[in-house]
Amino acid sequence: MSEITSLTLYELIKNIKEKKISSNEAAKSFIDRAEKSKKINAYVTKNFENCLKLSKDFDDKPNFDLKLPGIPIAVKDLFCTNEVRTTAGSNILNNFVPTYESTVTQNIWNEGGILLGKLNCDEFAMGSSNETSFFGNVQNPIAEDLVPGGSSGGSSAALAANLTPVTIGTDTGGSIRQPASFTGTVGLKPTYGSCSRYGIVAFASSLDQAGPMSKDVKDSSILLEVISSFDKKDSTSIDFKRNNYSSELTRNIKGLKIGIPKEYRVDGMPDEIEKLWKKGIEYAKDCGAEIIDISLPHTSYALPTYYIVAPAEASSNLARYDGVKYGLRSSGKNLIDMYEKTRSEGFGEEVKRRVMIGTYVLSSGYYDAYYLKAQKVRQLIKQDFDQAYNKVDAILTPSTPSSAFKIGEKSNDPVSMYLNDIFTVPVNLAGLPGISIPAGVDKNNYPLGLQIIGKPFDEQTVLNIAYSMEEKINYKNNITDWWMK
Amino acid sequence: MTIDLKTVKHISKLARISLDEKKAEKLATDMNSIFEFIEKLNELNTDNVEPLTSIAETTLRFRDDKITSENIREKILKNSPEKNDDFFVVPKVVE
Repeated sequence: MSEITSLTLYELIKNIKEKKISSNEAAKSFIDRAEKSKKINAYVTKNFENCLKLSKDFDDKPNFDLKLPGIPIAVKDLFCTNEVRTTAGSNILNNFVPTYESTVTQNIWNEGGILLGKLNCDEFAMGSSNETSFFGNVQNPIAEDLVPGGSSGGSSAALAANLTPVTIGTDTGGSIRQPASFTGTVGLKPTYGSCSRYGIVAFASSLDQAGPMSKDVKDSSILLEVISSFDKKDSTSIDFKRNNYSSELTRNIKGLKIGIPKEYRVDGMPDEIEKLWKKGIEYAKDCGAEIIDISLPHTSYALPTYYIVAPAEASSNLARYDGVKYGLRSSGKNLIDMYEKTRSEGFGEEVKRRVMIGTYVLSSGYYDAYYLKAQKVRQLIKQDFDQAYNKVDAILTPSTPSSAFKIGEKSNDPVSMYLNDIFTVPVNLAGLPGISIPAGVDKNNYPLGLQIIGKPFDEQTVLNIAYSMEEKINYKNNITDWWMK
Repeated sequence: MTIDLKTVKHISKLARISLDEKKAEKLATDMNSIFEFIEKLNELNTDNVEPLTSIAETTLRFRDDKITSENIREKILKNSPEKNDDFFVVPKVVE
């Protein structure tokens, strides 16, 4: 049998149920590997001792009816975990220990999952390379000094390095799909309202959504089934009939109509992305899908819209960090001075930049010109998708306009960093489900992903198309464990 | 349109983030390049478009006005940087 840490979630569950591997053995394997992988810098907080104890408890009294029986899982450090430090990658929450649990993580523990630890991410999930984290850069296991994507960069790196069988991230403008694409893994952003936002450190509330990240499509279907739930504690949680995503997973997608939006052929897109997309179209045809050309005319307005809406909501959400109720406090000569120093010392540069942009676009005299305008354009972007879905069942695009870049390469130019999310942001603005699957490599052998976007609440079709294409693509990550040498 | 240093300093006051001169200048440069990129939206006529305020087309749910968590004062105060037995402590605001 291959090593425990390289098994997929599905295989690990099967082995645990057949008593070939105990939960404690699995936990030990992932922890041993993490200890040898410090160079990746995936962990912000380790929960190893507790994980070993809980896995032993599970083995003493196993319940194999659970969906994640004794499975050790590391999660993005944006999910509040009861009694386990939660930092959101920020200095301002460096010492924050929640007294409650996020709904999504609670759903995982209820099904038998055990917390391995908390994974690095861009500060408050604001970034596309994990370089804005207070806890330092994360190495992409694909090659040294390559970014793992962001904001769920610790999650994508831990997954690709086999430090966790699956993980969860959050996606506001591409923060699950882009890091998945950069690390040769699978990442799914569900429909807005599918997974509860309760207990997730808020970034942009009308866009934030949690989702699974995994080594293959089947594993994402298993994890989505666990984390997607209606939750009264989130006022935007939607009560719809959720599928049994894993048991309903099928490779029969014959006759499904898949749209190809011409506006995603952007200026300056490398040839290899264009080639990958064409290859993807051929794979989809081989799977029996019908390919239809479509138009999403407002695509080029999505990023400017996003960079008004997201900072505006962030500036409002981050107003809570005042040095009073929790988190860092700097001393000041009076209350206002204390607020200003706390926030100046507690927030990093990118977070300050976005809070400033958000404050500006919401400030008196500018609201209509920026925020209201952006909300109107957001409507047009959503209508583009509504119209496209009259003709097609799903949409196929590249996940990102390039492969992973070097650490430091884009960190001084915010706009070029933002352009990374050009294909993922429209999906958040329209609240749709989208998945990134590994589909090939570039000239440096760095992974490239394809994105499948679905109708609202139709995660099943998205998963089914991804599952079918994955078999044809037959992508394998070639990871050499270079960081252990 | 350009955002000048004076505006940056005003916004930093509104956002309650103290900035030194050097940081304010860097932010002014960054914000200008970001707003140049955002200005693209002005190409579109949106006069007759309804703003999209929420993607979840639902009205907010009502719930019974009942207390669901009791005796959690200790939990709420637990992470406070400065507190006494019952309260958060802040710098003196009333002379």
